[in-house]
Amino acid sequence: MAAVSQLQRQFIDYTTSLYNEGYLDDQFTQLQQLQDESNPDFVVEVVSLFFEDSEKLLNNLATALQQKSVDYNQVDSHVHQFKGSSSSIGAKQVTNVCIHFRNFCEAKNLDGCLRCLQQLRHEYILVRTKLEALFRLEQQILQAGGSVPVME
Amino acid sequence: MKPDKSGNIWVKFVGIFSRYTSMIHHYYQHIGSRKIRKTWWRKLLILLIVLGTIISLWVFLYLRSQALEKRKETLANMCDERARMLQDQFNVSMNHVQAMSILISTFHHAKNHSAIDQETFAKYTERTAFERPLTSGVAYAVRVLHSEREQFEKQQGWTIKKMTPVSKDKYNPAELEPSPIQPEYAPVIFAQDTVAHVISLDMLTGKEDRENVLRARALGKGVLTAPLDLIKSNRLGVILTFAVYNRDLPCNATPEERIRATDGYLGGVFDIRSLVEKLLQQLASKQTIYVNVFDTTNISNPISMYGTEVLDTGLQHVSPLSFGDPSRKHEMRCRFKQKPPWQVLAISISIGIFVITLLVGHIIHATVNRIAKVEDDFHEMSELKKHAEDADLAKSQFLATVSHEIRTPMNGVLGMLDMLMDTVLDVTQQDYVRTAQASGKALVSLINAVLDQAKIESGKLELEAVRFELRTILDDVLSLFAGKSQEKGIELAAYVSEKVSETLVGDPGRFRQIITNLMGNSIKFTEKGHIFVTVHLFEEVMESIDVETESSSKHTLSGLPVAHRNRSREGFRPVVGPSESITLIVSVEDTGVGIPLDAQPRIFTPFMQVGPSISRIHGGTGIGLSISKCLVNLMNGEIWFNSIPKIGSTFSFTAVFSNPKEQQINGHIKSKSLFYNMLAIVVDPKPIRAEVSKYHIQRLGMHVKIVPSLTGMLSLLTKSQTVHLVLVEEEVWDQDLSNSLVFVYKLRNLDLKIPPKLFLLTNSIGGSRQSNGVTSPPVITKPLRVSMLAGSLQRTMGGNKDNARNGEIPKLSLSKLLIGRKILVVDDNIVNLRVAAGALKKYGAEVVCADSGRKAISLLEPPHSFDACFMDIQMPEMDGFEATQKIREMERTINSHISNWHVPILAMTADVIQATHEECSKYGMDGYVSKPFEANQLYQEVSRFFL
Repeated sequence: MAAVSQLQRQFIDYTTSLYNEGYLDDQFTQLQQLQDESNPDFVVEVVSLFFEDSEKLLNNLATALQQKSVDYNQVDSHVHQFKGSSSSIGAKQVTNVCIHFRNFCEAKNLDGCLRCLQQLRHEYILVRTKLEALFRLEQQILQAGGSVPVME
Repeated sequence: MKPDKSGNIWVKFVGIFSRYTSMIHHYYQHIGSRKIRKTWWRKLLILLIVLGTIISLWVFLYLRSQALEKRKETLANMCDERARMLQDQFNVSMNHVQAMSILISTFHHAKNHSAIDQETFAKYTERTAFERPLTSGVAYAVRVLHSEREQFEKQQGWTIKKMTPVSKDKYNPAELEPSPIQPEYAPVIFAQDTVAHVISLDMLTGKEDRENVLRARALGKGVLTAPLDLIKSNRLGVILTFAVYNRDLPCNATPEERIRATDGYLGGVFDIRSLVEKLLQQLASKQTIYVNVFDTTNISNPISMYGTEVLDTGLQHVSPLSFGDPSRKHEMRCRFKQKPPWQVLAISISIGIFVITLLVGHIIHATVNRIAKVEDDFHEMSELKKHAEDADLAKSQFLATVSHEIRTPMNGVLGMLDMLMDTVLDVTQQDYVRTAQASGKALVSLINAVLDQAKIESGKLELEAVRFELRTILDDVLSLFAGKSQEKGIELAAYVSEKVSETLVGDPGRFRQIITNLMGNSIKFTEKGHIFVTVHLFEEVMESIDVETESSSKHTLSGLPVAHRNRSREGFRPVVGPSESITLIVSVEDTGVGIPLDAQPRIFTPFMQVGPSISRIHGGTGIGLSISKCLVNLMNGEIWFNSIPKIGSTFSFTAVFSNPKEQQINGHIKSKSLFYNMLAIVVDPKPIRAEVSKYHIQRLGMHVKIVPSLTGMLSLLTKSQTVHLVLVEEEVWDQDLSNSLVFVYKLRNLDLKIPPKLFLLTNSIGGSRQSNGVTSPPVITKPLRVSMLAGSLQRTMGGNKDNARNGEIPKLSLSKLLIGRKILVVDDNIVNLRVAAGALKKYGAEVVCADSGRKAISLLEPPHSFDACFMDIQMPEMDGFEATQKIREMERTINSHISNWHVPILAMTADVIQATHEECSKYGMDGYVSKPFEANQLYQEVSRFFL
């Protein structure tokens, strides 16, 4: 039981740090609130959807920016997609980079775009690692027979 | 001639001017640059002035030449006239002299014994002198050959004397020398008395006379000498000489014949000076001109015969004179005595024109400058205005953005505080948290107010037009203030006239906001008495105005005097809208402290409060009334108030709503109601309060009777009607507690089939409800609201499970609204789609997802079973707007022959500030919600369709 409570505390600490460090925002909380008995894996489901989507988008972006003549409209729509999905799950840093990215896109600044893509990839991987860690922690709690504390 | 000419000048002038103005006009349209315009103007102006100067000079010269010409003409006329007269008179004299020559030839020479001697001649000539007005005397000289001299001298008794010029005073005929020997002589034998001194003088010895005599006899005509000094008188004269012949000679006789036939010579002396003077005296205008007469036989050296040498006055006229001697030429020269007068008229006219030109120039110059200045000012002003507007807009946008941004974290703060409240806290901590929460809420509402103000100012605020129930909204507002009013023990009531229909179309949110603002103010400033909200049709109130103004202070809700709303509404006329519109008049009446008279005029100014202390005591920003006023204006209404210090204030406003197209079946709530057709009795001595109670109870579908006292009540009960409810005002109950107890007792013993339920109506929670042994009846705490009333009644009557708790808007209400609804969510972003679907599912909705506009269209093709659709705007291939348009088109084609399909489509957008209702409705959308969902906003939007 002590292990469970420790895990729970660890979970809370971790989550709080994620919020404090700006990886996640309020939207993720709301996501968690949407999860209930009728929909037990909602968060994981949505987040893994986000991962799939993001990876596809990152690839698309990379190929789009490698073209000889870059189609900025296409790039912009990809980034828009990315921005939408990231804000939906509350991946705040990713969203922020997307906003910068779109500005460069508008200015047709290839260097800026490439830099942003780099950054985006970096932020995405970071948030993915964090979220995966969070989910692992969640799993551990569940396996230990505890319940996942609800963040309000 | 002159007026005509000057008329021409004016026409010309006007023509020039009008050409200028047309040019001005012309170039105004085409030349934009002000600099060019200015130099242009300067050139035009200079041109105008030069032109004006030229015109004035020309006019001056023209008029002057006219005057000169006239003068010249006058001079010529006068001169000619004088010359003619002189000539005529001279001719008359000459003719007479000629006649005398014939007389002499006839009576002296032709007679053998002469009929004429000196005496006869002198007498005759003297008597006929009037015939010769220009001659001063005549004399006759006979031709004497040298051979005849001696005989002649002897006969006459004197010697022929030589004519020598001597001075007048020394003249002495005796001293004259005898004439030298010559072939012939012409001694004077007869002479008029005036020239008697020439007798015996030989005419041939005078130089002039000799020449004259010789010429006269050769020509046979009158001959004139050059002007010469006369002997003795020494005056300037001219001698006219006629030859006397011894026979009648033909006209073509040669000079030799004439000389041979000569007998003598008749001479007439013309004293030109005196003669001309005499002549001129006969004419009136001697003064105006000088007259000179010249002998111009020798052109290079004319001899003056008359007149003084005068200074050249410029103008001179010469008239020729002919005295019958062709070898002598005479002329008359005339001059004006005065120099030509100043041309006053010409000068003044030309100066006038010049001055006018200058004036016109000045006016044009001033006008141009003025125009330029005004234009400059205008540009400057419009620039400034633009700046100001930009700044204002920027301010509003800044406010809007900032307040929007502040709201989000504030919600976090408030949420956290909420959570904190649920944790275990000691009393002090709880107090802190509560204070923090209250402050946070105040901050949020303030931010909302600022946001509203900013939105109104930047013109972004648009009113919705949705169907809503007015009474429900009033109930909501009442419940909002219920706590406070109960705390203070104030009576809070709302009354809606039955003529106001159940549902109206308008903006419920904003309407609620206005009422909330007004009531919030009222409740802040009211410590006792009541706050009473009434809603009437405008027409209704206008009709009953006279009656109302007469009502006394007793006829108020709480019996306290109030400031009547009509007092400040004189002269107010409502905006007459289209026929389907409804003008409501809403009044919020309180018995509070009132507004000080000096603060009344600025009550609707933003951030203006009665005094700085007010905000300390009562809080608030002073923005509420200003917003309310804006909102009322947006609703085509007007807001006004009447306030009497220490008595209270009444705020009233009108608002225009429209009728819903198809009226919902009225009273469906009533018919469904549990209490339908029941009879309730309200015991209340105050008619208005009783009316309010009646209004609320009637809304539940009950019949209501009002009795003023408990005793009256009992008499009603005995009648056959079944009375289900008895509601007694606390006031009546407490008035005479024993009486009340008796009443309760009687009520129980009345043995009715269904015993009526007894309720107390009270203002405050936990008032002095000592039971005194008797269980007091259940209490309904005012303000009365339908839901609350129904709940209370049900609880007591053991009716229903549903504990009509209005509670926790919006999440619970959202669930209520959305439960069982089938909703289509359209978003190309799978993650977003999933989240949105999850959220809606959470509220109990059945969610279908579509990841493109195309799919949405195919799903929404009627007939379908969706209740609503949430659509992302920005999607590849086909965006939300386009998809919506397609869907609406589809619906239209179906609607044209069957029924009425209109699925509510709400846009989902991440950018709430930019999204506008207008834009959405343009594409046929019904509204928008933010993405990710905000419970409040979602509720607001969804409630418009599912309520």
